[in-house]
Amino acid sequence: MIKKSAFLIALLLLFCSTSLAEQDYQQQRDHLVQRIKDNVALNNDYLLSEHIDARVLDVIRFVPRHEFVPQKYRKHAYKNRPLPIGFGQTISQPVIVAIMTDLLQLKQKNHVLEIGTGSGYQAAVLARLVDKVYSIEIVEELFERSSRDLKRLGFDNVATRSGDGYFGWPEQAPFDRIIVTAANSHIPPSLIKQLKPGGRMVLPVGGKFLLQHLVLVIKDVEGNVTTQQLLPVKFVPLTGQH
Amino acid sequence: MSRNLSLAYLITLALISATALAYEVLLMRLFSIIQWHHFAYMIISLALLGYGISGTFLALNKDWLTRHFPVAILSNMVLLAVSLPVCFLVVQQIPFNPAEILWDPAQLGYLFASYITLALPFFFAASIIGLSFYYFKQHVTSIYAADLLGAGIGSIGIIVLLYLFFPENIFTVLILLVSLAAGIFILATISKHETSSWVWASIFSLIIVTACLLLPNVNSLLISPYKSQSQYLTIPTTKIIEQHSSPLGLISVIESKNTPLRNAPGLSIRADVVIPEQLAVFSDADHLSAITQFETNNKISYLDQTTSALPYHLKAMNKVLILGAGTGSDVLQARFHNGRQIDAVEQNPQIIKLIKKNYADFAGDLYSKPNVNLFNKEIRAFISGSDSTYDLVNLSLMDSFGNSSAGLYSMAENYLYTTQAVQQYLQHLTADGYLSLTRWIKLPPRDMPKIMATVIQVLTNNGITKPAQHIMVIRNWQTSTLLVKNSEITAKEIELLKQFCTQRNFDLVYYPGISETETNQFHIMKQPYLFQSISELLSPQSDEFIKNYKFNIQPSTDDKPYFAQFLKWKTLPEMVSLIDSGGLFLLESGYLILIVSLLQAILASVLLIAIPLWLWKKKLVGESKINKQGLSYFFCLGLAFLFVEIAFIQRFILILHHPIFAITTVLCTFLISAGLGSYFSKRLANHSLNRLTIFWPIAALTVLCIAYILGFEWISHVILQQGDISRYVLSVLLIAPLGFCMGMPFPLGLMQLSRTMPEMIPWAWGVNGCASVISAILAVIIAMEFGFSGLITAAVLLYCFSVMLFPTQMR
Repeated sequence: MIKKSAFLIALLLLFCSTSLAEQDYQQQRDHLVQRIKDNVALNNDYLLSEHIDARVLDVIRFVPRHEFVPQKYRKHAYKNRPLPIGFGQTISQPVIVAIMTDLLQLKQKNHVLEIGTGSGYQAAVLARLVDKVYSIEIVEELFERSSRDLKRLGFDNVATRSGDGYFGWPEQAPFDRIIVTAANSHIPPSLIKQLKPGGRMVLPVGGKFLLQHLVLVIKDVEGNVTTQQLLPVKFVPLTGQH
Repeated sequence: MSRNLSLAYLITLALISATALAYEVLLMRLFSIIQWHHFAYMIISLALLGYGISGTFLALNKDWLTRHFPVAILSNMVLLAVSLPVCFLVVQQIPFNPAEILWDPAQLGYLFASYITLALPFFFAASIIGLSFYYFKQHVTSIYAADLLGAGIGSIGIIVLLYLFFPENIFTVLILLVSLAAGIFILATISKHETSSWVWASIFSLIIVTACLLLPNVNSLLISPYKSQSQYLTIPTTKIIEQHSSPLGLISVIESKNTPLRNAPGLSIRADVVIPEQLAVFSDADHLSAITQFETNNKISYLDQTTSALPYHLKAMNKVLILGAGTGSDVLQARFHNGRQIDAVEQNPQIIKLIKKNYADFAGDLYSKPNVNLFNKEIRAFISGSDSTYDLVNLSLMDSFGNSSAGLYSMAENYLYTTQAVQQYLQHLTADGYLSLTRWIKLPPRDMPKIMATVIQVLTNNGITKPAQHIMVIRNWQTSTLLVKNSEITAKEIELLKQFCTQRNFDLVYYPGISETETNQFHIMKQPYLFQSISELLSPQSDEFIKNYKFNIQPSTDDKPYFAQFLKWKTLPEMVSLIDSGGLFLLESGYLILIVSLLQAILASVLLIAIPLWLWKKKLVGESKINKQGLSYFFCLGLAFLFVEIAFIQRFILILHHPIFAITTVLCTFLISAGLGSYFSKRLANHSLNRLTIFWPIAALTVLCIAYILGFEWISHVILQQGDISRYVLSVLLIAPLGFCMGMPFPLGLMQLSRTMPEMIPWAWGVNGCASVISAILAVIIAMEFGFSGLITAAVLLYCFSVMLFPTQMR
């Protein structure tokens, strides 16, 4: 009897601690979203609208970033900073994830291609906003880890593939949106081809811990391609009359 | 008591000094590979820290150590031999990541731990030398000579070793050197008196066997996972197929079977081309370049789809000069566009060998083509020594994008984009020739506005009244190319320029007569920043614009060659306020790491040198009062000596072509000439010492410094035209007289102390050590802010001030 009671109490404590931890993570996510909102309100120069889409912020509030972060960095999971995930890769700063996602102007029916799955967090965020996400990762170990995590956390509308993203995913092309998180010396011509007219592509430019700026590629309905170079913060280098 | 000093012991000391200096240079090389090059000056500082701590340690324990002299020396040798590889192995395990330093405060702790750990071998080496000074008091000058001669040999020896071995294998050679020193010491000293010599011999035999058998297997380099080579190697079926090492760098050729490299920086978004097979070449695990398979011209048509292809569309090129040819993509581009004669300049012979020999078939014998002339020279040396003129002088993307964007090279000297360099490039153009400069796009713009400011200043200096008529600039989303001519740009050229850009979706930034509405069409920035910048720079308000711009875009000069240093202190508060919202990239991390290094140097020197002296004050000076004026004298000397030394290292990078050659030549010459000066100073000290005694050497060095400040531009121009041996001989002849004078004030001060207040000598060493540790890094910051002239001026002022501080009074 005593043994049974002890077991039940232990189980109860375990349950309580898990749910308390979840509650704690939820609070941290709420706090993070508030910080993103505040930052963007101060630095909304990059946006084509005044605010980040509320749906994007809701998803950031929902997706458990700590589940995509190596165990030893979990305590920093909801800090607004990039974190190492191994193999010289990082999980992006949350505010940058929010901005890149917002720049894509996603619609529920969109098919999105991601080049560079990394931790899987960006794919998870996208998966809550659109019907289907296709994600390619070249580093085998990262591919296995992120595929497992996405499946475990129930992001079933993400299709992952291991391999070279340079030629996109021709079998599923064209795509409404493309997000390239792995840097390259140029935008691969095949990705521009696989972007639908009226489509958008976002890519970050810079180092793993120091993103420099974002490039938004826009293909208009006639197939003409232009880019916009966007700073994530409000900073005007020229002073005086400018 | 007078002790006999044997030649064998002097050889022992010389070997230890040689090992310590070789280790210092080796660490710089290793850190350039596993991390980034901006740790070079931190390594000079940590070596001096090891010497400084040893000074304090010996001052506090000299009686006990001199009583146990042979054991103390041999113990230090064992510790030195073991710590050389072990400290490096330990530091490799510390998860320090400079790119993360602004995010994670723990990185500061990792940096400090690395700093202290790497100082340990220097501590043991310095203890051997320092203890010898105490033990053989009557033979100080001989010991000093052996110490300096050994260090000089070490600085030359390490260059030879870096040619012969991979850097990580040089540890074994250094351990063998220490063991050889120990063997000589045991044979000459212990075997006559002690029976324990076989114990020491056994210990060193064990060290030698371990170093030869075990070390090569465990001492592999753990390169930062954030360097581009490490990241490339994470791709499946990617492997290093060839590696070469030299003092100029570690070259790795990497092949990826399933995922070939496709390196085409700045490719047009309209380009629908297939990039031919490429092999990746990394220098020091970074600086990616590609060896491109070259069969026929139509397979390299992608080279016509980059911004740097512009000049070839403006006129037919008879003679093209490619500066920094590397693995040959700019040469390929010139060939694709039918350049008739292509002169290519590349400094690194190992890169040339790759293209000319090892991968000649793959690269289509590019460097052996009849119309390609290859010059194995440094760029400025080639330009200074050549009187040819060209239709096109091309300088493209001389640094990798990752480093450029992260500001990691902000403290690196770069003599390729100074006003003097651009002036020389323009002098090598035919009447209608172009200078083409291509850079990565950075947002907010920094590089291109600085290049524009430099070019406009040079044109104005050349007496061109309307520089606006001589410049064209274009860009895409990733790269920007500026063309400048000595003659005015014609209407036909403008027409061809527009055509070239329209076909490739490149943006016009500037041509004579452009309007703002023509800019910012395809790759849209919030504002047409580059157009606005050049318009302002061409206006009478140019100086005001440079002053008010939030980044440092003042043209760099040979006196202040920090092209990539863009940080302005007045903008720092605004940048810091934006960190949390993703604005961290605005900060130049290389410069900030330098500031962190300075703070840690101050902390370490106070904590490990000054505070122990203070705590054991009574043991050292009894009830005597500390002579603050005397200590200030030694503090000023510590700062001033390193200021001059660092200034000359930086300035001689231009003349000797590479930091590693500049560091070794300048250090070696200063060490030996200062040693001779120190020896000579004994003659000055035969009579009573006063301020006049040190006035003369300081007056002489002041005159020399002023002459160098005023004449360095002319001196470097003359020396750059000489052959290799002459360049080194002239460099040594220039530095030696200065080093000779600089070698006198310190020993003269010590002699004065030994006559008037000998108990202050450990303090003098300690304070001088603290100043040196700080000075090695502070000097770089002063040079970046005020230039070579500013740094030398600061040193001269400190030397002049030290005349007034010379300890003349008895307490």
